[in-house]
Amino acid sequence: MANGKSIMVDTSRCTACRGCQVACKQWKGLPGTKTKQTGTYQNPPDLSAQTLKLVRFSEGVKENGKPFWYFFSEQCRHCVEPPCVDAIGDDAAANKDDATGVVLFYEKSKEATFEDVRTACPYNIPRQDEKTKVLVKCDMCIDRITNNRVPSCVLSCPTGAMSFGDRDVILDQAKKRVEVLKQTYPKAAALNADEVRVIYIVTDDPTKYHEFAVV
Amino acid sequence: MTNHYIDIRNADVILIMGSNAAEMHPISFKWVLRARETRGAKIIHVDPRFTRTSALADHHVPLRSGTDIAFLGGMIKYILDNNKYFEEYVRDYTNASCIIDEKFEFKDGLFSGYDPATRKYDKATWVFKKDENGIPQKDPTFQNPRCVLQMLKAHYSRYDLEKVSSITGTPVEDLKTVYELYASTGVRDKAGTELYALGWTQHTVGVQNIRTMSIIQLLLGNMGIAGGGINALRGEPNVQGSTDHAILSHILPGYLKAPVASLATLEDYLKKNTPTTKEPQSANWYQNTPKYMVSLLKAWYGDKATKENDFGYAYVPKLDDGQDATLLNMIDAMYEGKVKGFTCVGQDPACSLPNANKVREAFTKLDWMVHMNIFDNETASFWKGPGMNPKKIKTEVFLIPVAASMEKEGSMSNSGRMLQWKYVAEKPPGDALSTGDVVIRLMNKLKALYKKDKGVFPDPIVNLAWNYTDQQGNYDPLGVAKAINGLFTEDVTIGDKSYKKGQCVPGFANLQADGKTSCGNWIQCGSFAADGTNLIARRKKDDPTGLGLYPDWGWAWPVNRRILYNRASVDKDGQPWDPSRAILKWENGKWVGDVPDGPWPPLSDKEKGKLPFIMKPDGVGALFGPGLVEGPFPEHYEPLEGPLSKNLLSAQLTNPTIKIFKKECDVYSGCDPKFPFVCTTYSSTEHWCTGAETRWQSWLTEAQPQAYVEISKELAELRGIKNGEQVRVESPRGKVECVAMVTTRFRPFQIGGNTIHQVGMTFNYGWLFPKDCGDTANLLTPTVGDANTMTPEYKAFMVNVTKV
Repeated sequence: MANGKSIMVDTSRCTACRGCQVACKQWKGLPGTKTKQTGTYQNPPDLSAQTLKLVRFSEGVKENGKPFWYFFSEQCRHCVEPPCVDAIGDDAAANKDDATGVVLFYEKSKEATFEDVRTACPYNIPRQDEKTKVLVKCDMCIDRITNNRVPSCVLSCPTGAMSFGDRDVILDQAKKRVEVLKQTYPKAAALNADEVRVIYIVTDDPTKYHEFAVV
Repeated sequence: MTNHYIDIRNADVILIMGSNAAEMHPISFKWVLRARETRGAKIIHVDPRFTRTSALADHHVPLRSGTDIAFLGGMIKYILDNNKYFEEYVRDYTNASCIIDEKFEFKDGLFSGYDPATRKYDKATWVFKKDENGIPQKDPTFQNPRCVLQMLKAHYSRYDLEKVSSITGTPVEDLKTVYELYASTGVRDKAGTELYALGWTQHTVGVQNIRTMSIIQLLLGNMGIAGGGINALRGEPNVQGSTDHAILSHILPGYLKAPVASLATLEDYLKKNTPTTKEPQSANWYQNTPKYMVSLLKAWYGDKATKENDFGYAYVPKLDDGQDATLLNMIDAMYEGKVKGFTCVGQDPACSLPNANKVREAFTKLDWMVHMNIFDNETASFWKGPGMNPKKIKTEVFLIPVAASMEKEGSMSNSGRMLQWKYVAEKPPGDALSTGDVVIRLMNKLKALYKKDKGVFPDPIVNLAWNYTDQQGNYDPLGVAKAINGLFTEDVTIGDKSYKKGQCVPGFANLQADGKTSCGNWIQCGSFAADGTNLIARRKKDDPTGLGLYPDWGWAWPVNRRILYNRASVDKDGQPWDPSRAILKWENGKWVGDVPDGPWPPLSDKEKGKLPFIMKPDGVGALFGPGLVEGPFPEHYEPLEGPLSKNLLSAQLTNPTIKIFKKECDVYSGCDPKFPFVCTTYSSTEHWCTGAETRWQSWLTEAQPQAYVEISKELAELRGIKNGEQVRVESPRGKVECVAMVTTRFRPFQIGGNTIHQVGMTFNYGWLFPKDCGDTANLLTPTVGDANTMTPEYKAFMVNVTKV
């Protein structure tokens, strides 16, 4: 393994079709939840024990007076040094997979203090299953990637906004993509690329995409 | 599409207008973005609303719904005024040089020959002056003021930037940006493509919207080339296939014209519908109509179709002369009680057709309705819908469960006219049958009944060839596909090749008008090889041109040609305008690349060479196009319901040739303070059409749970509406309650000096399920259609929006 695995999410190629959001639920067997239209395309409103991947929508007006609409297909970043694993502090409840670097929560995580874990995560990712108290988040489809398949979300993407592979390759790819994008968008960046395995590429101020886009 | 999905990657400028490609055709955007990333293509989105397409475009340019012809007319003026057109192409491959009849004129919104009583034109003057041999007179120098190019220039001289801006609401600077960028493709080594969908078709001037763009593509030399074309992104995965197979009332399979009552014999029909030409270098491909029609009759009636009985032409149902049997008229007749029974397959007209209250009321007049679908929907259950009293409704409804697309084998035709073969992934649940099996069983029963009980005219049913079943008596998709391709009905020798009776006909050039071939749809002839190989099922990934044609993947009609009119991509000597995008090239006496539009040598061969637009009798692209009912040059007319009392370009406010429906429920409002806002309707990525299939899918309803109306911040302030509040949207025909989505993605327009607000709704909802999702936006839309096609004007009408 070359430094484990990584995913690149290139928001400049994302049309917010939400194929990834649905594909995640399909592979994980998670139900659609009852939602309301509250005046936004973003639905469900937040991550939950039933929603591990969520496309966030953010709109506004640019300096030049033209509208913008940014999409942020959110999921666990799978930190290289995951603070959630430290917060849980029990290898049987949460750990980092040696081969892939994927951060995994297990059933025993129900014994952890959820608020501690949640606040430990700078990206506001972990959620708790209300009934079982187990902590949940994306596991990068560990069952798929250890069987020579790409994560379900990556497979579903029609425009190539998501790619998966060896971390070194993905890092290189992200670097090159940012260089290209910078020619048009000076603010283009790969967010926290050195610290996370799920690397988002944006073309504008990351907080315009999502409050917890970057650390 | 004249081109195909992958070909979008070959474009330098991509104009998306009349389409929300990223949301409605997500896969198209793979190729749109590929064009940007590999060749620096620019993406322009012209749309009233800032959508997920706009979010990824280089330029989003707003326009008021229903003003596309004004916008594009301004582009034609820009191209002509600034000499941005591709002169050689325009001169040799279009009718730009033809001289128009002296009596033809255009005055204050009307062309010559209009009769206000019938709302129709006499097209006698919409013709070219002919020489003594019957060939159109031409001036290749374009000096003659009556030549098409000059007349085109004169027609659009009124469409200046300020005028266009005051109609469309598009800022002048934005107009200039789009015009300059798109016109930059009018050179040899640049290609511009246009992607449209229902945003252009669903207007009272729908076909003319597309015509206007076709004129632009011809002027810029963008038709027939890689990365060019006029590309309709079709909706349902097989809507292209259903159109090809004549799901419409005015055509037979393969776009042959539907016969009318006055054409009593096959000879009458063929004489009327087979075009002729005097143009020496025109292929006039439709001169082959007799071969296609006779082969179609042979496919339908088999051995019972003989020369002596006109090959069974008398069996084919005829339209009354002048009859329009499209949906809006069908519902109108149903509303009057003239239609007793209704078979509805895979649709939800109680939500999908305009003026849904009228449609639902019309269903109560039926004796029976047979509905085939994978789920119950608002149509099958109309009798228990809002405002209905089941006790007073006599209509008996039969809901027949049928298989979904993944449960059926057969071909699917995509937007790029490519057929791909699919297999059964899963057997249909319970008693559900494929629609093919339902039809087989129904016809078997009918045939048996007519054989036994006779009846007034049993021949068309008794004599129908009906060998579409396998040994178990089930629908045989492969057999049907072969019948569509066509078979030799006896041993035949064509040139140096001999074929046995029963062999597949390898291409429509082999079809015969004497009954020796059968063919269920001439445009699909050649989808099977003579040895019976199913070319639709091919899966080879070779790409010899490197331009993404993939000729051995599936099969595209016609004759596996991937880009239509491709003879226009080369000069008169057969050399590509742009060698880096050579889909076709004349090399050592033969064509290399895509399947050429006919085998003939290039045009410079005065004896054998042919003009590129082989489906037109004159062989050239029609800048002057007298085929449509409104006129040979597209003209801006306001939607039937609009915010203006006067068309800023002429005295003619609306399309003079549309049909005005006059039932008491067909009420319209133009420029009425009670309904001050322009409204448009559309779909979302998350639902399919009325949502009749997708609303049952919890992952999708979770993402888009309830009906909403998108309104600007300015309008919200005006009406005291907050984001997420419940509002009422009302038109003269109905009202719906839904959630207000207050957004910066809609902005007010400045139209003729006034601020005009536009709002938009999806048509993804209905009252049946989920219970709290809201009813259809089509309770608001008007019963009115395009003057040529009767496609409803879903995209522009007037409403009011108030807080509940």
